[in-house]
Amino acid sequence: MTIDRRNFLAGASAGVTLIAAPSLVRAQGTGPIKVGEINSYTAQPAFLKPYRQGWELALEQINAAGGALGRKIETVFRDDGGKPEDAVRHAGDLINAEKVDLLSGGFLSNVGLAIADFALQNKKLYVASEPLSDALVWAKGNRYTFRLRPSTYMQAAMLVEEAAKLPAKKWAVVAPNYEYGQSAVKWFKELLKKAKPDVEFVAEQFPALGRIDAGATVQALEASKPDAIFNVTFGADLSNFVRQGNTRGLFEGRVVASMLTGEPEYLDPLGAEAPVGWIVTGYPQAEIKTPEHVKFRDAYMAKFSDYPRLGSVVGFDTMNSIAAALTKAGSTDTEKLVDALKGLEFPSAFGQAEYRAVDHQSTLGAYVGRTAVKDGKGVMVDWTYRDGAKYLPADDVVKTLRPAG
Amino acid sequence: MFDLILTQTLNGLASASSLFLVASGLSIIFGVTRIVNFAHGSLYMLGAYIAWTLVSRFGPADALGFWGGVVLAALLVGMIGVVIEVLILRRIYQAPELFQLLATFGVVLMLQDLTLATWGAEDKLGPRAPGFKSFVILFGNRFPTYELFLIAVGPLVLLVLWLLFQKTRWGTLVRAATQDREMVGALGVNQRLLFTSVFFFGAMLAGLGGALQLPREAVNLHMDLAMISEAFVVVVVGGLGSVTGAYLAAILIGILHAFGILIFPKITLVLVFLVMAVVLVVKPYGLMGKAPVGHARGHGPAEPLLLPADNLTKLAGLIGLAVLALAPLVAPDHILLTLTELVIFALFAASLHFMMGPGGMASFGHAAYFGLGAYGAALAVKWLGAPMEPALLFAPFLAGIAGVVFGWFCVRLSGVYLAMLTLAFAQIAWATAFQWVEVTGGDNGILGVWPSSWAASKFAFYYLALIICAASILALRLTIFSPLGYALRAARDNPLRSEAIGIDVMRIQWIAFIVAAFAAGIAGALFAFFKGSVFPTYMAIPRSVDALLMVLLGGVQTVSGPIVGAFAFAGLSEQLMKATMYWRFVLGFSIVLLVIAFPRGLVGASLLGLERWRGRPEAAAKPVLATEAGR
Amino acid sequence: MSVVMTPSQVATAVDASAPVLVVRDLQKSFGGVRAVDGVSFSVEAGTMLALIGPNGAGKTTCFNMLNGQLKPDKGEVVLAGRPITGIKPRAVWRMGVGRTFQITATFTSMTVRENIQMALISHAGEIFSPFGRARDKYREAADALLGQVGMESQADRACGVLAYGDLKRVELAVALANQPKLLLMDEPTAGMAPRERIELMALTAEIAAAKGIAVLFTEHDMDVVFTHSDSVIVLDRGRLIAHGTAEQVRHDPNVRAVYLGSGATSGGH
Repeated sequence: MTIDRRNFLAGASAGVTLIAAPSLVRAQGTGPIKVGEINSYTAQPAFLKPYRQGWELALEQINAAGGALGRKIETVFRDDGGKPEDAVRHAGDLINAEKVDLLSGGFLSNVGLAIADFALQNKKLYVASEPLSDALVWAKGNRYTFRLRPSTYMQAAMLVEEAAKLPAKKWAVVAPNYEYGQSAVKWFKELLKKAKPDVEFVAEQFPALGRIDAGATVQALEASKPDAIFNVTFGADLSNFVRQGNTRGLFEGRVVASMLTGEPEYLDPLGAEAPVGWIVTGYPQAEIKTPEHVKFRDAYMAKFSDYPRLGSVVGFDTMNSIAAALTKAGSTDTEKLVDALKGLEFPSAFGQAEYRAVDHQSTLGAYVGRTAVKDGKGVMVDWTYRDGAKYLPADDVVKTLRPAG
Repeated sequence: MFDLILTQTLNGLASASSLFLVASGLSIIFGVTRIVNFAHGSLYMLGAYIAWTLVSRFGPADALGFWGGVVLAALLVGMIGVVIEVLILRRIYQAPELFQLLATFGVVLMLQDLTLATWGAEDKLGPRAPGFKSFVILFGNRFPTYELFLIAVGPLVLLVLWLLFQKTRWGTLVRAATQDREMVGALGVNQRLLFTSVFFFGAMLAGLGGALQLPREAVNLHMDLAMISEAFVVVVVGGLGSVTGAYLAAILIGILHAFGILIFPKITLVLVFLVMAVVLVVKPYGLMGKAPVGHARGHGPAEPLLLPADNLTKLAGLIGLAVLALAPLVAPDHILLTLTELVIFALFAASLHFMMGPGGMASFGHAAYFGLGAYGAALAVKWLGAPMEPALLFAPFLAGIAGVVFGWFCVRLSGVYLAMLTLAFAQIAWATAFQWVEVTGGDNGILGVWPSSWAASKFAFYYLALIICAASILALRLTIFSPLGYALRAARDNPLRSEAIGIDVMRIQWIAFIVAAFAAGIAGALFAFFKGSVFPTYMAIPRSVDALLMVLLGGVQTVSGPIVGAFAFAGLSEQLMKATMYWRFVLGFSIVLLVIAFPRGLVGASLLGLERWRGRPEAAAKPVLATEAGR
Repeated sequence: MSVVMTPSQVATAVDASAPVLVVRDLQKSFGGVRAVDGVSFSVEAGTMLALIGPNGAGKTTCFNMLNGQLKPDKGEVVLAGRPITGIKPRAVWRMGVGRTFQITATFTSMTVRENIQMALISHAGEIFSPFGRARDKYREAADALLGQVGMESQADRACGVLAYGDLKRVELAVALANQPKLLLMDEPTAGMAPRERIELMALTAEIAAAKGIAVLFTEHDMDVVFTHSDSVIVLDRGRLIAHGTAEQVRHDPNVRAVYLGSGATSGGH
């Protein structure tokens, strides 16, 4: 038997039980449905401010249309400051104090993993929006965790498809020194070697996240005389890397395959110095003319007087997929929600997507194209949408990668 | 290959320049005012942002617009430094050593949110500098001309500083104050003006360092903390107060980075701290530093009398404990979760206080032992398949063993040098957890460290944590009033006298270090089971800073201070994080207010008030200027 | 009665009535400059020996070699027949040497009594004990020591708020806590009012005589020296230039030369 308040109090005093009782009774069914959203808002504002705006847009649309299950949806936002232990604290607080029906959010992989493990322990649904770690749905995947964004593996696979078409044989890699960077490099190398066995990796640079010594890093890569470069840095690291690389001629005559660089969050700050001809995953927000996207973008621009970033799409889609899951489950019960999410099709700004039953990964894709500079701004050209479903291993392989089943 | 070595050397020299500017300002401020200015990185960041705004407005293509913007930005940051000094720091110069650090940390938090609100979240890639937009061919490689310019800036600024210090009266005063603070008072110098001007000058150098990064680095919101730890390393490696030392150290660090990238591309961050550890072990006062004249333990008042709790205090403690013990009967689950965390932090803070208060050894890296306790527990669970109970027993020993090893080196130093060596060791521990992916899971941490089923409920785990933490804190408290604790205090109050009555100062301090590490390990192990997972962030710098803030906020000179400080600080930040997205500003502002209102910490201030009320001002020790020799 | 001996005399001097402290041919150089050069002397139980000399004569260096802060280059320090040359201050203390500092050194975060208790706890070898309340240990013994120096009424005051003369008394009590055979006092009356000086030194002499403690002190104030010392040794430029009773030394031409600067400064035997 475990000790907890209930049986302790039963033996203690009925009077005290009465005082404590209200918190034991869960209000169910009448008030708004509550979603607890945990993210690194202050630590990663460049991505997460647009994310929150996208989320709020979706929420407004959903509630305007009557909410879900005939109830309004409400969000409780919490900032984890980039610390997984604080995210876990918020998770506990959201469940126990705010009585949220499910958890969502996460930007950093370790924050996502911490919340996912918490969700498993507490049998609560967690819809991870952004953390890219493959472990989230594979090695450490669990019944209660689903993830929206295309994972590190998927984005690497999309780039490998293009990289394999290049004549380049000698590759150098540069990636931020943490799990995301390391996994991206690992998958890129593995998948590219499979696609093109004669490639060779001649240099690896792993600058600390946010602390790149760009001049020295560029020089070290230059010294290995690669044919092509695989880049995983982003944010300020990317800006510094690009500037030093441009001045020092690192990119001349070399193709660069680059994770996430086509996202407005990372491409726009580069302005006229944006690299040209890089193969990137990203989001050409101004040029996507599909009806879903035009509708989303127009509504977003109208509400915030600013164009959407990729974070906006992620926030928007996460909220919409949660609403779709609620409607399908017909309940806020966690187990019913989990069952509903398995194989759930939901509308995204990029078109229909689905949470796969096999590993809880959504099939939301990404845009792959080349970078260019237009009117003094970085843009993506020759882009195509890559459906995430096509860049995942076969189901039987996935099953070996995911012990939780 | 030779080309590469030469080019990397130049790259290292270029990176060293900004680092030197920031570090020299920090060093001068510390030398004169003895303030460990945590906000110096923020001033650097502000320099970059303000320069970005000014240069964009003045027109980046125009040489006057660009350089005018850079210089003006530096001057403006100097003025911001003056505002900080006059409004905040001037009020707390008489507070105990390191207390000012608390205030400057509050400023860091406020400036983070102010910067975000002013300039937005997106990184700003500044314009290239007019006249230095291109490159030259050096050793067969393209080398940016702006980097060459930066290489020249370092020695140029060093020369200017040297002239200023040797040839002006102001410089002479700064040097005199750096060597011996009492002397300046004796010279009849207007101390206020000297301090304010030094702050202006130091802040301006930081602002210039930031502004000069504009053509080189995207201006972003993480520049402050990225710079501050490295600047501290440079100041300490160079020797506190030595500008030439700072230059040498900046070059050492810059070149180390450039070559570290070639040789150990994955450990560039920790390489810096490894070098600092080696330098401090070999040269305890840095490359160019001298053993301080007179008492090195800051200019604060002598340690006040420490009395065991009187009945009123004991009663307050008992009531507090009773409230905590009875809380689960009425408090809802989420309050229990908060209380569990606060109780664990109280032990963490008390463990730091043990070495920092009675021991006189401030640690900037106490999270190492907290984290090692957490990892000890997690590794026991993951690799040995141990259940919670033996894991909880085993974990503190891992922290304690680290205390034995790290402490042995640390107790050979004192003051800020000691604190920085603890930081170096903490960073090494952090890097091990971060980098040794096979064992520790890297930054993804170790998951599934949940308590045994009997302790799984919030209710049971709260009591487990409360009993262990209360017992540990009580044990620490009893130790403080035991012969060992007295000997520790004796060693802090007056090492010379201690040795003269047979006390082995280093051994006593070593024991205290180990005890503190062990106790922090207990807190860390509980924290691991409480959160269900461990991550390298448990031993990262912010966690060490948290512990420091808790102790200082509560009052380092009292025994119950750290507990009150832990509840106040952790409770406050927790509530604020929930209440507002601008929690950093509000928290920073609250810290600054508390610091000004209670310059002896919360408990220190209330004890003083109590003594005054009882008409026994003497027992609470009026500030007496320390006349102790040595250390 | 203290005597100054040549090294050869000292070699034969170790017997039952041997002096408490014997110093033989002590020598110390800093960067080629001989701060202390071949100094030998001894102090007997119950007597007070004053060590005087102009500034830079080597008094402090000499003192620090006796208390363990400096290692002599050459020579020997023997306490009650046991060599203590070059051992650490805390070991010197354990051998039975008490000590006061020129600038008072007390523990400011403790009361007067606790300062004494601390020394008593250390003397009992209990400093590493985490058990028991230090305040309750050796309380009577501490009060007795305070009584000897006339500080019992201030036992509960903080050391940080005492008058300077009182601090000196506390230091004296601390120095007596290990029942020393030898008391080393560096400028014991520095910074004190004239009347306080006389009182403190009279007290010291009284205790030394009563307990049979040998006292070696350095002193600037000649009144103190001539009133309270049983004998005096004079250092100049690292060399011992005179010894004897206060009266003898006062009339020694070498000493007069050194103190009055009248020519012949290279004294000695």
